[in-house]
Order: sequence, then structure tokens, then C-alpha cells
Amino acid sequence: MYFDLPFIAAAVIATIGIITMLFRRNLVKMIMGLSLVESSVNLFLVSLGYRTGAIAPIFTNAPSVRMAMPTVQAMTLTNIVIGIATTALLLSLAMVIYRKYGTVNADDVRKLRG
Amino acid sequence: MRMSKVVRTAADILFPFVLIFGFYIVVHGHLTPGGGFQGGAVIATAIVLLIAAYGYDAIARRITKDALRNTEALGLIAFIATALVALALGAGFFYNWLAGTGLLFGMPVGFGPNPGDLNTGGTIPLMNLAVGIEVLGALSLIVLYMLSGTQEAA
Amino acid sequence: MIGDFVIQHAPALLIAVPMLAAFATPLVGRLGGAARNAWVLAAMAATSVIGVMLAYDVYTTGTLIYTFGAAAPDAAVPMDSGGIPVRIIFTVDAMSAFMVIITAISGFAVLLYSMASESRASGRDGFYALYLLLIVGILGMVCTGDLFNFFVFLEIASLAGAALVAFRIDKGVAVEAGLKYAVISTIGGLFILFAIALLYGQYDALNIAVIASRMQFTVLDEIALVLLLSALAMKAGAVPMHFWTPDAYSMAPSSITALLVVASQASLYGVFRVVFTLYSVTLDYAVIGWIVIVLGVLSMFVGVTMALVQKDVKRLMAYHAVSQTGYMLLGLGVGLAVLGQPAALESFGLVAMEGGIFHIINHAMYKGLLFLTAGAIIYRTGARSLDKLGGLGHSMKWTMVFFIIGALAIAGVPPFNGFASKLLIYESVFLFNPILSIIAMVVSILTLASFVKVFHAIFMGPRQPEYAEVEEAPVPMLIGMGVLAAVVIAFGFAPQLVVDAIVAPAAAALANQGSYIAAVLGGV
Repeated sequence: MYFDLPFIAAAVIATIGIITMLFRRNLVKMIMGLSLVESSVNLFLVSLGYRTGAIAPIFTNAPSVRMAMPTVQAMTLTNIVIGIATTALLLSLAMVIYRKYGTVNADDVRKLRG
Repeated sequence: MRMSKVVRTAADILFPFVLIFGFYIVVHGHLTPGGGFQGGAVIATAIVLLIAAYGYDAIARRITKDALRNTEALGLIAFIATALVALALGAGFFYNWLAGTGLLFGMPVGFGPNPGDLNTGGTIPLMNLAVGIEVLGALSLIVLYMLSGTQEAA
Repeated sequence: MIGDFVIQHAPALLIAVPMLAAFATPLVGRLGGAARNAWVLAAMAATSVIGVMLAYDVYTTGTLIYTFGAAAPDAAVPMDSGGIPVRIIFTVDAMSAFMVIITAISGFAVLLYSMASESRASGRDGFYALYLLLIVGILGMVCTGDLFNFFVFLEIASLAGAALVAFRIDKGVAVEAGLKYAVISTIGGLFILFAIALLYGQYDALNIAVIASRMQFTVLDEIALVLLLSALAMKAGAVPMHFWTPDAYSMAPSSITALLVVASQASLYGVFRVVFTLYSVTLDYAVIGWIVIVLGVLSMFVGVTMALVQKDVKRLMAYHAVSQTGYMLLGLGVGLAVLGQPAALESFGLVAMEGGIFHIINHAMYKGLLFLTAGAIIYRTGARSLDKLGGLGHSMKWTMVFFIIGALAIAGVPPFNGFASKLLIYESVFLFNPILSIIAMVVSILTLASFVKVFHAIFMGPRQPEYAEVEEAPVPMLIGMGVLAAVVIAFGFAPQLVVDAIVAPAAAALANQGSYIAAVLGGV
């Protein structure tokens, strides 16, 4: 049960993020919701790598050689970098939309239809 | 957009330390947690610190977008070039051609816990440096562009 | 000498060359526009040549693997790793090679076209850097044999694609489409990453071949399958999740739209790779096959009916792209549904898969051609509404010819390539279920009707006064369109040759999961 806690936390964060994306009409808040979902996936990935009694895979003056496999941590790091790029792109697009439309409300940003 | 003298002085004093800390994270990336991306991000925050203290206009004149764009391109090219050298040596792409050779960053190490010598890791520290340069350029560029966007709107 | 070197390292160079060129583009751009254009063209030409060489090598010698970071690229499993491939491995089988060929042809033709179509625009250094990065993303997606690596390349393609869709701000409308595309891509990417995490948590591996060989098909695997399928079908523009397609396709610069078609098909390739290679023997073939078939039929029908009422020429073509994606899903879905029955697979299943795969390359060619002609019309007239356009047949003769070729090909009229692949699909699907085949034919007729209307609206009628000054499109644009038109005609005249040479091996590679696993893990 105790070890399930990170997974439950990941599910909760993902739910909050999805609810934010669905029910907030402000583009910036929707992007925040997207970032939340991304964080939950990161948390899920990192939790997967947990091994009881193992230490972080740092060889510098390590107290033991029983170490957790760093693959998921590398994956998480990659996803954080990708996430920064995505968030920066989304926010810049939202900025351009604000400048051109004068609003970031998703209900008013609807010139494309059909 | 200049902040008070206290903030500016504090930023002046902190700036070199933030730079050194970022550089430390970059070059120790193969030994301790950290690496090119994290260190580059720290260095980029140093530039953000200056912008916060002195305002966008004063900093954007000193640190131009063109210079940052060149920095970014340089870092990326250095990264790919390091990987491409392996091809010239007849090994696979991204092969660690420096590890264990005794050259720069090439000191052989045994498996298991060790005191952590900076002179190890082969091409990994080189790639960390390249990524550090790239991220420093890219993140600062993103911040500058976003700020310039708000300046126009205001 | 150089040839051997290139062939040995082709999968790595395929990624490295465009990537290096993309990063250097802003620097080369300082030397001036001509130098930059030459640089980008040379890089793309080199990439295309490497891609074709790689594909030729794969078709002659079989599946090729390339291990990144290894002393010897073909050593997939290091000696001291306990039989587990720990590195990122590119696994290029006949299906991947097939997608590489598509990207090589389209990428080069579209780049030539964009040299003229973008000549009046600003910010071209960034434009071409992103263009090359999109190529990197597509090539990486179709070549990689590693699930996480697939995700990374998918994100590269998505980010570059979204930025390119929004590149010409166009009063903010293009940015709106770009934002939509970016959000959809990010959500899809996170779905895929979550599925990868579920698979990694169970099987401790990221390599597709290793996971496939260990697959147990637990409940978690089923969740992962649903996540992967929905995310990739969304990126490919299949119907319940197609809403981003018309916006992104219609608002992007025309050259980019033609490339986005290829990017969508790389996602489609992901769908097929997941169901045929990753899950394969553990699947309930009939159920999953029917799910894919239903997705395909829905896409075909909804796409074409939505297209009939459109007024914007690019939006109309975007709905047709959705509709044509349905044919590929239908063909491959039928193949999947009978994968467990050797007799049925032999008699019509493989033919249906060949039809679906052949349709992928045909679609990339004629749909790219159609989007490019639409781009040429918009470039010369500045109008995109069917109500406003008219009488252009007098002034843009070559564009009209290319449009006719593309329109007849998409409608499946002989002797163009669309007919060849659709015939394969009709024949084989008829043996599986006649009703599906009839639906496919009806959709074809509706497509023809729609394009006759477009042709009439744009090119026929008297010369209109407001377009009196309109000239033929510039030569580089015509060459770009001409390359694609030549492929359309060539494939139409010798379909059997193409099917035997490149399509049938791709279908066989997809159907045979064992050979894919054996190529990486050895033996079996």
C-alpha cells in the first residue's frame, strides 16, 4: 500500500490536469493542465524505477553497488526537456493569439470552423 | 523597468556564483546528478536574474538574440560532430571513442564505486558541454523572445 | 569506398545529415538567401540519396539493424549484457524502408517547391531548419526499433510540425491551427509515453523486438494497446479524432501541408507497427482487425461527406486526406483480421495489406501533388475559396494538368496509381466482406464527384477580370509538382512492378513478426 502512493499521486495529478484542460476556457490555464498531465507521467515513470534498498545510480563514493536502474530516470529527464520545449511553444502560440485576437478565452478563439 | 539599487547589487554579486554553479553542474554531469541540460538551465537563470534586476531593454542590448542563436547552433553542431567523429573512426554513431584511451577525459576506470575523477567519461563530458552551451542559448533565447513579445503588446 | 561507408552507416547518417544541416541552417543563412537555399537543397538531396540507398540495401539483403553507440553497429546484443539489447537500435525492415522511400521522394519534391513558394516570405532560416527537423522526426519514427526513441522522434516531428503550421501567422488563424495541432500532439505523445511506461514496468525493456518476444497480453498491456492505438490514430487523422486535420492542413503553408501528409502517415506506420509487430500473436486478431476496419470505414465515409460541403480548396483536400487514410486502415485491418488464418491470409489477406501499403505511397504522392497545386493557385491568386476562383485554366495550364493528374489518381481512375492500389483493396476486401468493398467504391465515386466540382470551379469558365494578371506558377514549383506527377503516372502504368519490388516485401515484413524479432535478438 505504501509503495502504491506515488502511483495514486500520479493518477490524482493526471485527473486534476485533465479536468483543468476540459473545464477551463483560458488557454494559459489549459496549457497549465497539460503540464500537470506531463508531470504525472514523469512521476509515474520515476516511481516505476523504485527498488527497495537500492541507492541512486551514482558511482562517485557510492556506499554500495546495489543501485536502481537509471533507464526510467533518463526517460523522465528526456520527457522534462521535451516538456519544456512543448510548453514554450504552446505559450508562445498563446501569446501570438492574445496579440492578434485580444483574448485567450478558448470560446472566443474560434475563427476556424466546419 | 530597473529594480532598486539593493536588488541590482545583489544580482551583480550573485551573477558570477550562479555562472560558476551552472558550469560546475555541466562539467560534473558524468559524475554526479546534473549534466548539460540542468547546468545550461542554471546558467540561463543567471541571465534571467540580470533581466529581472536591470530590465529587458538594458540586457537585450548587451546580449543580443543573434549571439544567443549562434551559441545555440554552435552547441548543437558540436554535439552532432562529437557523435560523427565515431563514424570516421569506423565505429557506430555516438560510440564513446575517448573512453579509456588516456586522452582528454579518457582515463580508464574500473567498475563499481570510485572517488569520482573528473578526467573520465570519454565523450560524455564533451557532449555535456555541447548540450550546456545549446541549452544556455536556447532557454535565454526563449525568455528574450517572450519578453520582447510582451514589450510590444504593452 | 564512400558507397560502402554510407551503406554501413546509412540509418545513422539518415538522421545525422538532416539534423546537422538543420542546426547549421541559421549560421549558413547569414551568408545570404542563395547560400542557404543551396545548403538546404544539398542536405535534403543527400538525405534522399542515403534513404534510397538504405532502402535498396534492405530490399536486397533483408532487415538491417544499427546499434547506436556500439563499437560495431550490427552488434545488437552486447556480450556482457546477458542477452538483452541495452542500446538504442534502429531496426529497418522492408516496411520501414518503404516509408523511407516515401519521405525521400516527397521531402525532396516539396523542398524544391517551397524554394519558390516561400520566396516572398520572411524568417526563412527558421523555416528550413524546422523543415529539416520535421524530416528528421519522420525518418526517425519509421526507422527506430526502440519504443522510447519512437516517442522522442514523434515529439520532434510534432513540435516542428506545429511550429511550421503556425509559421505564417495570417491574422492569428494559422496560430490557432498550430496551437490546436500542438495540444493534440502533446496529449497524444503523453498517452504514448504512459503506454511505454506500462510496458517498461512489466517487461523491463524498451526495444520493440524484446517486448514483442516477452509479451503476455495482461490487462495492463490491453490498456497500453488502447492508449497507443488511440494516440497514433489521432495523429494519423482517423475519424473520431480527425478534428485537427482540416484546420492544420488548410492553414499551414502548402508545402508544409504536403509534408504533414507524410508525417501523418508515419503515425499510421506506428499504428501498424504496434498491432502487427509489437502485439501480433497475442492479439485477438478478429476483434482488433475489425476495430481497425471500422475506424477505416468511418474515416472514408465521414471524410468524403464532410469534403463535399467545403468551400475552401485546401480544407476540402484535407477532408479527402482523412477519407483516403480510411482506405489504408481498411486494407491493413482486413489483413490483420485474417492474420491467424493462413488460408485466408494467403488468398486475400496479404493482397489487402499490399493494397493498403501501396495506397500509403500513392496517397503521399497524389495528395502531396494536389496540395502543391492548391498552393500554386493560392500563391498566384491569393484566393482560396471555390466561390471566388474561376477561369484559371486559361493562364495556369501546367498547374491544371497536374491538378487533373492528382484528382484522377485520388478518385481511382485508371491508369493512375490510385486505381492500382484501390483495385487491390476492392478485390481482396470483397472476398472478406462484400459490403465493405461496396462502401469503398461508393466513397471513390463521391471523391470523383467532389473533385469534378473543384476542377470546374477553379479552372473552367471564362477568364475572370480580377485574375487577368495571373501567370503560370514559377518553375521550381512546377518541377516539384512535376516530380510527384511523374511518380503518380509511373506507378499507375507499372503497378505490378512496384508491388513486387517494394510493396509485397513490406507487407510480408509486417505479417511476419518472428523475422523482426530474430533480426534483433538473433537466432530463434
